[in-house]
Amino acid sequence: MSEATVGTAAAGVASDTVATSRPAVLGPALKDAVASGIITFLLLLPLVGFRATESGSGPLTLTYRFGLVAVFAAIVVVGRLLLHLTLWRPGRGVKGKAEARPRGALAEAAGAWSGRMIIPAFFLGAIAYPIVSVVLSGGLSPARYWVDLGIYILTYVMLGWGLNIVVGLAGLLDLGYVAFYAVGAYTFALLSTSVPLTDFFAGTLGQDFWPLWSFWVCLPVSGLLAALWGVILGFPVLRLRGDYLAIVTLAFGEIIRLVLINWVSLTNGGVGISSIPAISFFGVPFNADDGGFASLFGVTYDSMHRMIFLYFVILGLAGLTALVTVRLRKMPVGRAWEALREDEIACRSLGINTTLTKLTAFATGALFGGFAGAFFAVRVRFVSPESFTFMESAVILAIVVLGGMGSQIGVAMAAILLIGGMEMLRNLTFLKNEWLFGPDFDPTLYRMLIFGLAMVLVMIWRPRGLISNRLPSIFLKEKKAVSGALVKEGHG
Amino acid sequence: MRPWDSDPILLVDHLSMRFGGLVAVNDVSFRVGRGDVTAVIGPNGAGKTTVFNCITGFYKPSAGRLALLKDGPASASEVDAVTASDAAWGRTPAGAVYLLERLPDHKVSSAARVARTFQNIRLFTGMTVLENLLVAQHRALTVAGLVNPVALLNLPSWRAHEKTAVDRALYWLEKTGLVARADDPAGDLPYGDQRRLEIARAMCTEPVLLCLDEPAAGLNPRESAALNHLLMEIRTGHATSILLIEHDMSVVMEISDHVIVLEYGSKIADGTPEEVRNDPRVIASYLGVDEEAVADVAADVNVDLSAEADL
Repeated sequence: MSEATVGTAAAGVASDTVATSRPAVLGPALKDAVASGIITFLLLLPLVGFRATESGSGPLTLTYRFGLVAVFAAIVVVGRLLLHLTLWRPGRGVKGKAEARPRGALAEAAGAWSGRMIIPAFFLGAIAYPIVSVVLSGGLSPARYWVDLGIYILTYVMLGWGLNIVVGLAGLLDLGYVAFYAVGAYTFALLSTSVPLTDFFAGTLGQDFWPLWSFWVCLPVSGLLAALWGVILGFPVLRLRGDYLAIVTLAFGEIIRLVLINWVSLTNGGVGISSIPAISFFGVPFNADDGGFASLFGVTYDSMHRMIFLYFVILGLAGLTALVTVRLRKMPVGRAWEALREDEIACRSLGINTTLTKLTAFATGALFGGFAGAFFAVRVRFVSPESFTFMESAVILAIVVLGGMGSQIGVAMAAILLIGGMEMLRNLTFLKNEWLFGPDFDPTLYRMLIFGLAMVLVMIWRPRGLISNRLPSIFLKEKKAVSGALVKEGHG
Repeated sequence: MRPWDSDPILLVDHLSMRFGGLVAVNDVSFRVGRGDVTAVIGPNGAGKTTVFNCITGFYKPSAGRLALLKDGPASASEVDAVTASDAAWGRTPAGAVYLLERLPDHKVSSAARVARTFQNIRLFTGMTVLENLLVAQHRALTVAGLVNPVALLNLPSWRAHEKTAVDRALYWLEKTGLVARADDPAGDLPYGDQRRLEIARAMCTEPVLLCLDEPAAGLNPRESAALNHLLMEIRTGHATSILLIEHDMSVVMEISDHVIVLEYGSKIADGTPEEVRNDPRVIASYLGVDEEAVADVAADVNVDLSAEADL
């Protein structure tokens, strides 16, 4: 209360000084901007302005890039000038705050409306996406890149939602989630290429049965095996909390990868497993033959049919993940997960078996990781330990954290932003302009840098993720979002 | 025979708790009467919360027995028979005996039905008031398994099940006057409301023994009176006995049937509020008199120490 009064008093003083010193804003701003520009120019002159390149015959030659230095300096001058006239303008904070109130209410109303519409809109958009991309790129084959990108993004949406159960709901920091992805992928890869199994089914259900049906049979098996590994991992780490839990899960992820590399007799080591059977339309193969998908539906054969089907399979799997999570959140087990994140001691005093509750969180998260893994294997038709490095775990965790822990729609948005954005950064060809970096500049090398910078900026702007509010799982009269400031992150 | 000895719900026998070289609780024995409000008082550091943590399973006592006689009385020999067995609990003709020191902490609540609140409030601040009360009904809602397919598919039978849970939550919200705040995050409630919500949450577990650790701490006189009212309602309207730690003597003297006084980990008095109020050792410990001066104080307040000795 008293702080607020002090704040208003200070605000009053500040606005008084602004009123008297308004004409003085532009002068100092210009002075500062020009000074910053000069400093930038001098600083970058040796760093960027001179460039030693190896000529074809061997000796180094010096090239000059003063234009680029000037561009940078100009960016600094304009940027600082703009900041001085907008964000840094003296007294602006006060006015801004006063204006922010009605705008906040408006945004809240808009937020409530979009909150209701955003999930159906997301799924409708996801269903329409392949059709739109086919129409816009003018044909099935030109749309390959876009459909493939959609599949890629949706895989990460699903992985993010799976990890969200463990990290966002139960508050258990898991840095080894990729292990379950790997277990799912290898389960399907090994079972579908297994000679005894193929022979067995060839003898009983016909020659074609196993290559066509293996994915649909192995999908639940992959999920369940991954869940089993989730439980196996869960047992030893349940006593650990916070950083220690993170370290052990990280180690678990690495162990799985190293086992996959070194158990050559089973996993074929670093070479990986190839010639995994392709996905079938529930037993109907995607080929140009008579019994194939194209002839069955009376369309001309196109290899894109399988691609689009894969897209809808991953959309279905991701949708299943979302649906199950939404239901689990409204069930006692989901509430116990969130309660565990909030206060483990209080949970125990209320008779919640925290061991069992943590295990179910691990197992459920791993289950969906396993599904995603099996899908990955059937999409790429090749698995090797290289696909399951720590980097994958880090990206999935980044999606969950960036999206706002616990928020499904936030995680989906973060996956689109992160995976889609990173892919889009491959297309920064304009940087090859002679005035900027020159034609030998490879923008794809810098995409991780730009990506990291974007992450930092988003976390400054939204420290608790894109969607930080928590929606209650049940309400009596009115569904009110719980402010992110009250929601705890859990300590393992 | 004191009333709490004739039909106790909790027997605390020779309870000791040592942390390394520190003896926090030293050979404390007392009875908590069924349907009574029993208060544990004592100066800071007397070991009250340690006793509580032993009873509610958060600490494993170094020595001693904590027997909860659920649903009905049990004879000493019946309790001894369960103690002699390896089991953590056993059935008796009238009910069941639970040895709390052998149960893991969550079983103390879910099986023996001992609920507790905390000295520093431990609500799920990021969850709404209603959600807090539903988490408390975890046991009742998961009798058919933690991941129940009926619940996963949201079938009508599950919705009916959930409705009873919401109704129970509503009942306690009405008792604590928090219905209007049901959809607000628990962390947004004022302090006094948070204290009452914690009691409501503990009562939603349908306990036979409710342990309250300083429920009146930080409450103003009006809130403290409301708390007394709530506790008396729990005592008369529900089959729940209450064990509480309290410093606020207005609460202790007004609602307790039985007061136990601890000092430096040992029990120094045990009786009705009236008896304890006049006990010279209690007066000495609260007013800070040297041990040699206890006799003088006794003489001052006109109490015969030898008569108190066999209390």
